[in-house]
Amino acid sequence: MNGMDALAVGHLGPELALVVGAVVVLLTAAFLPRRAQWVTTPLALVAVAVAAGWSLWLATLEPTLTFMGDWALDRVTTGAELTVLGVAAATLALAHTWMRTDPRAGEHPAVVLFSAAGAMVLAGAADTMEIVVGMLLVSVTGYTMAAYHRRSAAAVEAGMKYFLIGALTNAVLLLGVVLLFGMTGTTSLDGTATALAAGDPDAVVLLVAVAAIGVGLAFEIGAVPAHAWVPDVAQGAPAPAAAFLTVAPKVGAAVALGRVLHVVPVDAVDWRVFVALLSAATMTLGNLAALWQGDLRRLLGWSSVSQAGYALMAVVVLGRSPLAPGALIFFLAGYAAANVAAFGVVVALRGRTSLDDYRALAARRPAHVAVLVVALLSLVGIPPLAGFVGKLTLFTAAIEGGYGWLAVLAVANTVVSLFYYLRVVGPMYFDDAGVVDEPVPLLGAWATTATVVAGLATVAVGLAAGPLLDVLASAHLLP
Amino acid sequence: MLTFAIIIPLFGAIALVALPSLDERGSRVLAVVAATLPLALLGVSWADFDAGGDALFQQVTDVDWIPTLGVGWRVGVDGIALALALLTAVLFVAAVLYPVDLRGRHRQYRAWLLFLQFASLGLFLTIDLLVFYVFFDLSLVGMYFLIGRWGHGDARTSALKFFLYTLAGSLVMLLGFLVLYLGTDPLTFDMRELIAQQPLAGGGARATFAVVAILFGLAVKTPLVPVHTWLPPAHVDAPGPASAILAGVLLKMGTYGMLRIPLAMARDTFADVALPLAVIAVVSVVYGALVAMGQTDLKRRIAYTSVNHMGYAVLGIAVAGAAVGPQAARDLAITGAVVEMVAHGLITGALFLLAGSVWRRTEDYQLDHYGGLAAPAPRLASATTLAAFASLGLPGLAGFVAEFQIFVGTFAVYPVLAGVALLGVLITAALFLQMLQQLFFGETPDRLASFADLGAHETVVLAALLALVVLIGVWPTWLLDVVTPASGLLLDAGAGAG
Repeated sequence: MNGMDALAVGHLGPELALVVGAVVVLLTAAFLPRRAQWVTTPLALVAVAVAAGWSLWLATLEPTLTFMGDWALDRVTTGAELTVLGVAAATLALAHTWMRTDPRAGEHPAVVLFSAAGAMVLAGAADTMEIVVGMLLVSVTGYTMAAYHRRSAAAVEAGMKYFLIGALTNAVLLLGVVLLFGMTGTTSLDGTATALAAGDPDAVVLLVAVAAIGVGLAFEIGAVPAHAWVPDVAQGAPAPAAAFLTVAPKVGAAVALGRVLHVVPVDAVDWRVFVALLSAATMTLGNLAALWQGDLRRLLGWSSVSQAGYALMAVVVLGRSPLAPGALIFFLAGYAAANVAAFGVVVALRGRTSLDDYRALAARRPAHVAVLVVALLSLVGIPPLAGFVGKLTLFTAAIEGGYGWLAVLAVANTVVSLFYYLRVVGPMYFDDAGVVDEPVPLLGAWATTATVVAGLATVAVGLAAGPLLDVLASAHLLP
Repeated sequence: MLTFAIIIPLFGAIALVALPSLDERGSRVLAVVAATLPLALLGVSWADFDAGGDALFQQVTDVDWIPTLGVGWRVGVDGIALALALLTAVLFVAAVLYPVDLRGRHRQYRAWLLFLQFASLGLFLTIDLLVFYVFFDLSLVGMYFLIGRWGHGDARTSALKFFLYTLAGSLVMLLGFLVLYLGTDPLTFDMRELIAQQPLAGGGARATFAVVAILFGLAVKTPLVPVHTWLPPAHVDAPGPASAILAGVLLKMGTYGMLRIPLAMARDTFADVALPLAVIAVVSVVYGALVAMGQTDLKRRIAYTSVNHMGYAVLGIAVAGAAVGPQAARDLAITGAVVEMVAHGLITGALFLLAGSVWRRTEDYQLDHYGGLAAPAPRLASATTLAAFASLGLPGLAGFVAEFQIFVGTFAVYPVLAGVALLGVLITAALFLQMLQQLFFGETPDRLASFADLGAHETVVLAALLALVVLIGVWPTWLLDVVTPASGLLLDAGAGAG
C-alpha cells in the first residue's frame, strides 16, 4: 500500500472542498447585506460540484488505504460521496426559497455543507477515531438543521429529541471505540483487523465494544434501538432539512458500520446474527408504525426507519456475498433519490403535509403528484425504478449469504409498506368529488426543479443500473 | 420487430400524457393506432414464424441491460408466447375501442390502457426472467390505476386489494426466481440458459421452496383457490374493458408463467409437486363453478367462471409436468392448456365487455332485475348467448377444443381428477343457461323496454372476438400447428437437460 505513509491531502479533496465552501459561505453571509445573501446557495452549489468532480476523478485511481491508513479510498466511498453530494445539492436548492424569510438564511448552506462533509467522512473513515469525528460533525450540524426555525415549537422539539438521543448514543459510540482501542492498541481498522486476528480477544469485551459501536452508529442510520428521532425530525424539522437528515447521515453511518464489523472476526463475535436481528426489528417496526400515519412527513420518517432496516441486510452478509457492498451503496443511492424526491414534493407544495390535503391533487398539480408517485413506488420497489434494483440486489445478496429468512421477512415488509404508500397515492388520483377547487400554491422554481430532478434520478438510476452496478460490482470494503 | 411491438404502446401512452390539447376524438385515434400497430407487427411475426423449427425461441433479440446481474433485454417467441401475445394485442385493440364512461379523463384512461398493453406484451415476449418480473409488476401498477380511477362501487378498496394480493404473490415469486438464478453458472436471468441448465436439478428443500414460491406467486395471479379472493371485487368494480383485460390477459400471466418457468426450468421438482397442483386446480374448477352458480350478480358470476376455467388450464399444465403417464397425453394436455388460455381470453373478454355494456345502460349487475332483454336488445342477446355457449364448452367453439384436449390428457395421467373436474363442466353449463334465461327470456319489464341494443363500436368489437372463437372452434389447425410443436419443444428441452 504505497499511499499508507503519504499525507495525500488530495485524496480528501471532496471533503475539503465542502469545508472550504462552507467557510466561504459563512464569510460571505457575514459581510453581505441580507438582500444579497441569496448568493450563498449558488456558492455552496459550486462547492458541491467541485467536490463531486473531485470524487469522480479519485474514482479513476486504484482503490487504496490512504492518509496513513486512516482513509479508505474505494468504490464504496466514492458511491457514498456522490450520493451524499447529490442529496446536499438537492437540499440546498430546496432550502433556498424555503429559508428566504429566515434572518439566518445566508448561513444555512454552510450548515448543509458541513453536515455533508461529516457524512462523507463517516463513509470513508478507516479509523475508529475518524468515525467519531465524522459522527460528531454530522450530528452537531444535524441538530442545528433540525431546529433551524427557532420559533417553531415542532422544530425545536425535533431538534431537542435528535440532540438528546444523539448525545447519549455518541457517548456509547465513544465507549465502544475506547474499548476496541484498549484491546488492540490501535484505532486504525487495518491494525484492528490484524490485532484481532492474531490475538485471542476477550469475547465479552469485544462483544460489548462491537455492540456499543453498533448502537452509536444505529443512531445516524436511523435503526433500532436509536431510531426514535427519525419520525419527529421528519415531521418537525424544516422540510428541506428533513430531506437531508433522513438520508445523508444514514448513508455515511451504514458504510461506517459495515467497515467496522468487517474487521471483527465472526468466530469471536457472531455479529451477523445481531445485525440481522436489528435489521429485522428495524424494518418491521418502521413499517408497522408507518401504517396509519395521517401526516405525509411523519409517514416518510417511519418509512425511512424501515428502509434503514433493508439497508442493514447488506451489512449482514458483508464478506459472504460479493454483491453486498455494491448492493448497500446502490440501495442507499436509490433510496436517497426517492426520499429526496418525496420530501421535495412536500417542500415544493409549501410544506403541505396532511394526507387529507393531498386528496384529488392529481388533477391540480399533475407533475408534482407524478414525482411523488414515482418516489413512493420506488420506495416500495416497483420495477424498473431505483428502489427495485436496490431491493433486488439486497435480496440476492441476502439469499446468497445464507440469510434467506431475512429476505422473506423483507418481502413481507414490502407488502405491508405498499399499503401505506398507496394510502398516499390512492386519494391523490381517485378522489374528486367534494373537494373544493382551491388553488395549490407552489414554493417556486428552485424547489420544483430540485424535486423533478430527484424524481428523474429515481427513474434513471433504475434504468441505468447496468453501468452503475458494473462499477459497484467490483466494490469491496477496505480495509 | 418484437421490441417495437412492445414499446409502441408505451410511446402511445407517453404521447397521450404529453399532449394535453388532444380532444376526446384525437386521443381515441391515437390510442387505437398505438394499440393496433403491435397487432400488425405480431401478425408479421406470425407469418415469419417457422412452426417446424427446432430452436426453442425464434426472432430473438438480446441486448445487455444489467450485465453484472446477467439481466438483458431479451425478447423472442415460441408458439405459445406468440399465440398469447397475439391474443393480448387483439384484446387491447378491443378494449381501447370499446366505449366506457371516461369520467372526463379520456387521455389518462387510454394512456393507462396502453401502458398496460406495453407491460402485457413485454411479459409474453421477453425471454429474460428478471424482465418478466419487471413486466409482471408493471401490469399491477397499470391495473391498479384503471380500477381505482375508472371503476365503480367500492373501486378503491378493490384496487388496493388487487395490488396488495398480487404484489405479495409476485414478491414471493421473486424470491423463487432468485434461488433459480443463484443456481446458474455463470449467473444469468436468460430463460434459454435457465431452461438448459435446470439449476434446481439437485433437488432438496431449496429446490422445493423455490418452485413452491414461484407457483404460489403465479397462483395468486391465475388465480387458484384459495388465493383467488382478490378477483371478484376487482372484476366487479373495474370498468368493462379493464375487466376484459384483467380476465383475458392478466390472468394468463399466471398460467403462462407456470409453463414457462417452473415447468420448463425445474422439471424434476415440478414433477414432484404436479399432483398437489393438479388437485388444487381441480378444487378451483369445482369450487369456482359452484360459487359462480350461487352468484346473483352478473359480473361476479362471470368472474368466478374465470376461476373455473383457469383451473382447467392449470390442470393441463400440472398433467404435462407430471412424471407419470404417456408422453402423448401430456403433450395433449399442455397444448390444451395453451388453447384454453387463448379461448378463455377471447370468450371471457367478450363476456366482460358485454357486462360493461349492460352496466353503461343501467348501472346494475343484479341478474334478477333483468328479464326479456332479447326483445329490445337482440344483438346483445345473440352475442352473450354465443359467448356463454363457448364458455360452457359447446363443441364447434373454442372452449371445447381446449377442454377436450385437457380432459383427454388428464384421463391418461390422473383419471380420478379428470372425473371430478368433469363436474365443473356440468355446473358451468347449468349456470350459464340459467343466466341467459334470466337475462334474455320471459317478459320484458317496462323499465327495460327502452334498453338500447349494442352500438356500432360494440358490435364490431364483439363480432371480431366471437368470430375468432368460432374460427378456433371449427378450424383449430392454424392455432394448433403453431402451439403443438412449441409445447413439445418445451417439454423436451426441460427433460433433456434434467
